[in-house]
Amino acid sequence: MFEPILLRNVDVPDGHLLATYRAGGGYQALAKALDEHTPDEIISLVKESNLRGRGGAGFPTGLKWSFVPKRAGKPKYLCCNADEGEPGTFKDRIIMERDPHQLIEGLAISGYAIGAETAYVYIRGEYTLAIQRLEQAIAEAHAKGYLGTRIRGSDFNFVVHIHCGAGAYICGEETAMLDSLEGKRAQPRLKPPFPAVEGLYASPTVINNVETLACVPHIVLRGAGWFRNIGPDKSPGPKLYCLSGQVRKPGLYELPMGTPLRELIEDSGGGPLPGRKIKAVIPGGVSAPLIPAHGLDVGMDFDSLAAAGSMLGSAGVIVIDDSTCMVKVATRIIEFFHHESCGKCTPCREGLNWVVKVLRRVEAGQGVPGDLEQLEALCKGIFGNTFCALGDGAAMGLRAALTHFEHEFVAHIEEHRCPFH
Amino acid sequence: MNMREKIKAAAARYPDQRSAIMPALLIAQKEHGHLPGPVLEEVADILDVERIWVYELATFYTLFHTEPVGVFHLQLCDNVSCMLRGAEDLLRHLEEVLGITKGGTTPDGLFTLSTVECLGACEMAPVMQVGDDYQGDLDIARIDALLDRLRATVGQATGADLAATVPPGE
Ligand SMILES: Cc1cc2nc3c(=O)[nH]c(=O)nc-3n(C[C@H](O)[C@H](O)[C@H](O)COP(=O)(O)O)c2cc1C
Ligand code: SF4
Ligand code: FES
Repeated sequence: MFEPILLRNVDVPDGHLLATYRAGGGYQALAKALDEHTPDEIISLVKESNLRGRGGAGFPTGLKWSFVPKRAGKPKYLCCNADEGEPGTFKDRIIMERDPHQLIEGLAISGYAIGAETAYVYIRGEYTLAIQRLEQAIAEAHAKGYLGTRIRGSDFNFVVHIHCGAGAYICGEETAMLDSLEGKRAQPRLKPPFPAVEGLYASPTVINNVETLACVPHIVLRGAGWFRNIGPDKSPGPKLYCLSGQVRKPGLYELPMGTPLRELIEDSGGGPLPGRKIKAVIPGGVSAPLIPAHGLDVGMDFDSLAAAGSMLGSAGVIVIDDSTCMVKVATRIIEFFHHESCGKCTPCREGLNWVVKVLRRVEAGQGVPGDLEQLEALCKGIFGNTFCALGDGAAMGLRAALTHFEHEFVAHIEEHRCPFH
Repeated sequence: MNMREKIKAAAARYPDQRSAIMPALLIAQKEHGHLPGPVLEEVADILDVERIWVYELATFYTLFHTEPVGVFHLQLCDNVSCMLRGAEDLLRHLEEVLGITKGGTTPDGLFTLSTVECLGACEMAPVMQVGDDYQGDLDIARIDALLDRLRATVGQATGADLAATVPPGE
């Protein structure tokens, strides 16, 4: 059995309190980082660990940190992406609710590494309990000198502020998040300049996901080699998988990167609901193309899923069984993207509007011959032509549904009704 | 602390006052239940920022309500994971027993019913946010019990009385 690392505190009573965290060895990594390592050594260590971002894109964390200019003449910022809007994803919420100090320790070490004295944690506003717990944890950490000025007798100063989102999926895109933090409507920015050079308030800024930052203390304590030995070498580490949908035991499971999708669903999730068969699985939040039932032996890591034509994304694993209409699933997903499109670029704003119209009519049994070609043409017009990855995600997801379940779309059009009703 | 003081305290976290508009709007909405024009203008004045900046944010983000909402805001998630676990049936049921369609508020001002995108709690799908709380693993019986509980907390008082006493969204 895999010994939980990131989730080791979540079921401990009062796991969110500093005393509990410290009793489990908490804040030793921060002490070690400050006492034994220079900031550059921490960056090297994280590089060596092959830690890749858990927010969706899988970008190497140490490499991202190394892009921050050493002498900027401006303050540097660390932003934690806790917006967690990708449907099917709930891992960051659970870390913040049940083990907020793990995140704070990760923030402090990362801040030390990149030379930031201020961090903003951008949390979606709906997460009331997480916000409250994190606020309490920040206050506790301050009181005990894990945050604040001259931390643990070093000359490192660091504060953490919470910034609450207000319900816009696009704020999870890192540059839109920066605009939102600056008090503007959230819309993605043109890159370059990349945030590491010119981010929040035009200052060097690193944006990392909650789970990414939570990995950092463990790497500092146990070493890069230890981390790299968990799962595939190029995409290693412990990983949080959010299992939901039509499965017996939905929940948050921690397993090594690269765990086969089938094992996650069968062994951890208890398999499909009684009397049902799995039809398809979305492996990484609704932005990730679905995988049909015959593809479930794929390893759940960045590279294996990319090779299988999908992506690990946020590791929001949504199980869909044979009682469910795929046209309906596809329609609901595109409705989501359409609703959340920020409107900045035309292919996404107008294209998705059009896609929703066609999908809704097909779903209602009012599709006409040519609708599927129309949908493919629209995907082609959107994919690769949008300003941020939201539009791409929508187009890729729809394409996968059209490719693997074309017969269901065709049945809706030919029979003038939904065969599942 | 009063609203102005709370907003000032939040603003101290940022080098630029414009960043404080979002937190300020959340504070103002807690205080007033929703965000009518005069409240938006007050926020702009407290932070000394352009009014248009405040209006822009109040109308962009879905958690800000420029129109009043009921004492209890029922926000049912109908995104994929919840849909796969029966959110549609729950929506139909809620519409039926409350006598309103989604987006509407009951005539007594007690309940506003909305559907929302993924609440980030799919492990307990289907989920509904009620005020600040998440109610998960819902079915029709649990929804009925929940509505009874909510009604009981307000006793015999009318929605109008409550709007004056209970902070909306709590
Ligand atoms: C439309 C869109 C939504 C996103 N939503 C999130 C999110 O909710 N949480 C997150 O951590 N990253 C999200 N991302 C990815 C971020 O842009 C960014 O890559 C990430 O926060 C970087 O952190 P990491 O390197 O630690 O993964 C989103 C990206 C896009 C394009
Ligand atoms: S792809 Fe969509 S969300 Fe992204 S910038 Fe364009 S309109 Fe906005
Ligand atoms: S889909 Fe409903 S909480 Fe995620």
